[in-house]
Amino acid sequence: MKAAVIVYPGSNCDRDLAVAFRAAGAEVSMVWHKETELPAGLDIVGVPGGFSYGDYLRCGAIAARSPVTRAVVDFAGAGGHVLGICNGFQVLTETGLLPGALMRNAGLKFVCRNVPLRVATADSPFTAGYAPDQQISLPVAHHDGNYIADPETLRHLQDQDRIAFAYLDNPNGSVADIAGVLSENRRVLGMMPHPERAVDAAHGGTDGAAVFRALAGLGVPA
Amino acid sequence: MKARVQVMLKDGVLDPQGEAVRRALGSLGFGGVSGVRQGKVIELDLESTDADAARDEVTRMCEQLLANTVIERYEIEIS
Repeated sequence: MKAAVIVYPGSNCDRDLAVAFRAAGAEVSMVWHKETELPAGLDIVGVPGGFSYGDYLRCGAIAARSPVTRAVVDFAGAGGHVLGICNGFQVLTETGLLPGALMRNAGLKFVCRNVPLRVATADSPFTAGYAPDQQISLPVAHHDGNYIADPETLRHLQDQDRIAFAYLDNPNGSVADIAGVLSENRRVLGMMPHPERAVDAAHGGTDGAAVFRALAGLGVPA
Repeated sequence: MKARVQVMLKDGVLDPQGEAVRRALGSLGFGGVSGVRQGKVIELDLESTDADAARDEVTRMCEQLLANTVIERYEIEIS
C-alpha cells in the first residue's frame, strides 16, 4: 500500500497517521499543503486531524480550498481512497466529497476522551476488518464534531449503508449518533474518532488498528 | 465599494452557541429573551465600482468559501 498524508499548517495528527499507516506496512509520503500534485501510484490519501489554518472561518474551510486538497478531490474523483480523520473529516465535508457538515458540539465543550462506538457497516475497505455491529473504543478530541445533514441526505446515508461508525454514547449531538460516513462509492471515509491514536497497546488500546490492517490490502494484487 | 456579508445558521439548524448566550443573558437577569442566533459578519473592501458586478462576485465568494451552504445562509449588502 502506498499512502500519502496531507500536512496543512496546523495539522497535528499527521505523524500519528503516518505511523499507523507504516505499522500496517504502508509506504508513506508526507505532502505539504502547497503541493499541487500528489505522488504517483498512491492507493490512499490520509487527511489528518488538527487545526488546519487555525480553523479560521470554519473548521476545515480554508484547507478545503488549498492547492493540495484540489489534488485530493481529483484523486477521489478518479476512484482513489481517502481517509479523513477529525479535522480531516471536516475538510472532506467542506470539499463536498462527503455530505453534511460538522458543527460546534451540542454541549459546547471540547470533548477529549475514549468513546464506545458501533461499527455500523463492515462493508467498506476501511471497516472490513471489523465484524458488523462490533463494539470498539476509540479516542475523540474535538470541539466541532456535531454531524448534521438534512433529512433527505440522512435517509440516503441510511438507505445506502454509508454510516461507518456510530456513537453508543453520543458525545457531541451528532444526528443519528453518526461518528463516520462513507462516500457513495465507499472509497472516502470521514470520521471524528481517531483510529490512528489506537494502534499501540502502550497508548491505551488497539481498536483502531483494524482500519489500517484492512487498508493494507489496497495495492496488493489479488 | 464595500460589501458586508452576514452569515447565519439556517433556520431550523440548532445553534448551540446562541442558546448558551441566551441562557447567560437569563442568568444576568435579562429574562425576556426567547431566542438568540449567533452568526458572523465579514466586511470586504472591493476595487469594483459597479454595484451589480460586485454583488455577483461576492455571491460567488459566499457560495465557494464564505458560507457553508449546507448549514448557513448569507445576506450581502453593497455600499
